[in-house]
Amino acid sequence: MIAFVIRRILQAVVVMLLVSLLSFTLFRYVGDPVVSMVGRDTTFEEREALRGELGLNDPVVIQFARFVKNASMGNFGMSYEQRRPVLDLITERAPATIELSFVSGLFALLVGIFMGVYSGLHKDGFLSKLFQSISLVGISLPPFLVGILLIYGFAVILGWFPSMGRGEVVKLGFWSTGFLSYSGIVSLVLPAITLGLFQMTLIMRLVRSEMLEVLRTDYIKFARARGLTNRAVHFGHALKNTLVPVITVTGLQLGQIIAYSIITETVFQWPGMGYLFLQAVQRVDLPVMGAYLVLVALIFVIINFIVDCLYYVVDPRLRMEGPVVA
Amino acid sequence: MLMKKSFGRVFLTAAAVVVLVLAVCIPAQSKTFKWAFQSDAGSMDPYTMNNTMTLGFTANVYEGLVRHAKDESIEPSLATGWETIQPDVWRFNLRKNVTFHDGSPFTADDVIFSWKRAISKGSDMKSFVAGIKDIKKIDDNTIDIITKGPWPLLLNDIFRWYIMPKKWCEDNNSVEVSVMTSTSEETYATRHTNGTGPFMLKSREPQVKTVMVPNPNWWDKRIDNVTEAVFTPIKSAATRVASLLSGELDMIYPLPIQDVARIKKTAGYQAIEGMEVRTVFLGFDTSRDELLFSDVKGKNPLKDVRVRKAMYQAIDIDAIHKKIMRGASWPAALMIGSNINGFDPELNKRFPFDPEESKRLLAEAGYPEGFSIVLDTPNDRYVNDESISQAVAAMLSKVGIKCKLNAQTRSKHFAKIASMDTSFYLLGWAPMSFDMHNTYFNNVMTNGTTISNPQPGQGNWNCGNYSNPEVDKLINAMTSEIDPAKRQEIVSKAMKIHKDDVGHIPLHQQALSWGASDKVTVHQSADNTLSLRWITVK
Repeated sequence: MIAFVIRRILQAVVVMLLVSLLSFTLFRYVGDPVVSMVGRDTTFEEREALRGELGLNDPVVIQFARFVKNASMGNFGMSYEQRRPVLDLITERAPATIELSFVSGLFALLVGIFMGVYSGLHKDGFLSKLFQSISLVGISLPPFLVGILLIYGFAVILGWFPSMGRGEVVKLGFWSTGFLSYSGIVSLVLPAITLGLFQMTLIMRLVRSEMLEVLRTDYIKFARARGLTNRAVHFGHALKNTLVPVITVTGLQLGQIIAYSIITETVFQWPGMGYLFLQAVQRVDLPVMGAYLVLVALIFVIINFIVDCLYYVVDPRLRMEGPVVA
Repeated sequence: MLMKKSFGRVFLTAAAVVVLVLAVCIPAQSKTFKWAFQSDAGSMDPYTMNNTMTLGFTANVYEGLVRHAKDESIEPSLATGWETIQPDVWRFNLRKNVTFHDGSPFTADDVIFSWKRAISKGSDMKSFVAGIKDIKKIDDNTIDIITKGPWPLLLNDIFRWYIMPKKWCEDNNSVEVSVMTSTSEETYATRHTNGTGPFMLKSREPQVKTVMVPNPNWWDKRIDNVTEAVFTPIKSAATRVASLLSGELDMIYPLPIQDVARIKKTAGYQAIEGMEVRTVFLGFDTSRDELLFSDVKGKNPLKDVRVRKAMYQAIDIDAIHKKIMRGASWPAALMIGSNINGFDPELNKRFPFDPEESKRLLAEAGYPEGFSIVLDTPNDRYVNDESISQAVAAMLSKVGIKCKLNAQTRSKHFAKIASMDTSFYLLGWAPMSFDMHNTYFNNVMTNGTTISNPQPGQGNWNCGNYSNPEVDKLINAMTSEIDPAKRQEIVSKAMKIHKDDVGHIPLHQQALSWGASDKVTVHQSADNTLSLRWITVK
């Protein structure tokens, strides 16, 4: 087990290094940070001097080595635009993204399972057809379009929910939460649906097909033969057995939700990390971009690591050390 | 019966609670104004970034010696009056009994401190105070500004230079402007303010929300009735419009061109349009001996004025005005618009659109088959910038010039053209001083990096290095000419030579468009800034 964990950690380090290298290479193509940092009256010489002070004239290899060295000590440098440590900016913005991701994950899971179970049980019902159509929309429409449609429907025409922002937030130490005020909670609704719609659809389709599969198995027939109620059969036996793949997918999708919040956050002017990243790209704020990409990679690596460990625990075949003889 | 009675009581109690809550939440006097722009102010420290949004935003908090009236004319602000006691000495009488938001008095020392801060390392105010040689304190309410020679445009230059309190900056470690290096951190003044202006900063979350409240001790008579002003930057244009229509915001800018008609048709909303001070134009490489990115080898066709004029006359500006700008532009023949000091209506007549003449001129210059060229254009900076460039490329191809587009995001575009790595580019310029000198000094004067002993910043954005010694001489001469009529003569002469030279191809002034609810009245400044002191909320 320990060997497995060590191997995994080493692999994770390699992945992180690769991601940093890739993002570093990309930085060469996003433009000149100095243009966004200075006013238009700044002379050519002053621009060159600034470039030198920022270390942008050094070869890429040296810049990369410096970045890895500082990042490994948790120092991501200073935002070019805001002149504040990047880590402070990210900790300030993280609660908004985490709360949004949590709510949309929960929404995807609960609604997805409900719709999946229902349409699995009532294959040809009217509601099942409706759910199927909704899932088609969720899979095929890109999030920015869903977001704008929701804003026009529910904010502009109906006026039920706010169209942007987080509403009133309450500070609990370093954490700012929107859960403790009415405007904070209603502000979450539209972005959470936008962000979670794709995952909801995925879970619904997964649960539905698993349900259809499980309902055909022998133990369900035996359960019915034993005279158990429908409720006990459907939820006690059938649903429980469909959840294993759902949990795996949800775990992996959690990383996706955090990473893909960039678009949703921009449409809803949600002050989270994704929005911070997008603004950093436009302003060529390299330290912020670097830190964000590394952070997202880290989240994915950690989730995958946990999932791998869980498999290891669950599946005895993986525990065999050394080469596997077929 | 009992049920009914208790229901009634519950109902009454509930109603009473609702009324009470409403009464507490919405005091009769509350006039909140909520507005959004597409980006946030770069800093609350007005010296860090010479950018219209940042300076316009902080103008609600800080004030200069002079300010703009509604018609963009100069009027007294922290100075009550001034006179030139010698050609290069201006005496300013400072307003008495003015206090900063923290209650400390405003004096001559603050002005001198602010000047020193404006010329310190890291300050982006240097061009605003470039004409000032020294400032002498006469007494607490009088100063002498000594200029580098006669400097008639001093007031135009300094209206965006705001006075910051000496003691507050010293106490809060903000004497220096936050310098842009890899390790230097923001100063206290980046997110805190202490000005003399009509509004005080209540809270500031960069890129999220900024709240301001009126300054009860402001020296001037209040025109506005705003009790709280909430600013949110909203990047996505669709969201910005939606937030206005859902009633969450009272005013947004810019309003996308395609939404103007819709906002006008919607009851309860208004679209406010006007000419922006910015002129969008095309520039050429007129200095290299061989054109970059072209099939012409060993020579540069753009050095020939006939070729430049052929390109000018191949552009159908009316089509751009009608089809691309949807009528929201003012075709231009000068590098400045009619709202800029120095404008000459006689000269603002474009060479006519005439493709046949273009072909003739090209043939005469020795390029009957045309040549190939690359047009550098931003795609996220000006209104429909990429579409304009596409149209220009298509129009040029009709007279035989094969024009390829290189459309990029603004940070890439500006870095490329600023290093003069271009042969044909699109750029826009808004003279912050509202005077033509700013535009011509930056864009038309010989690029300072190509000559010895240039003036700082001269021709910084003359990316194709158009260079005409006579024009340079005239631009220098106009800075020290005090007589307005004589100055206009010099100005017109310089602009005429540049126009006949086809040094650049001016395209148009774009329109400002703001969207607002009918509940508010706002005043649109020509430089696209919003002053809270002119806002009334119904």
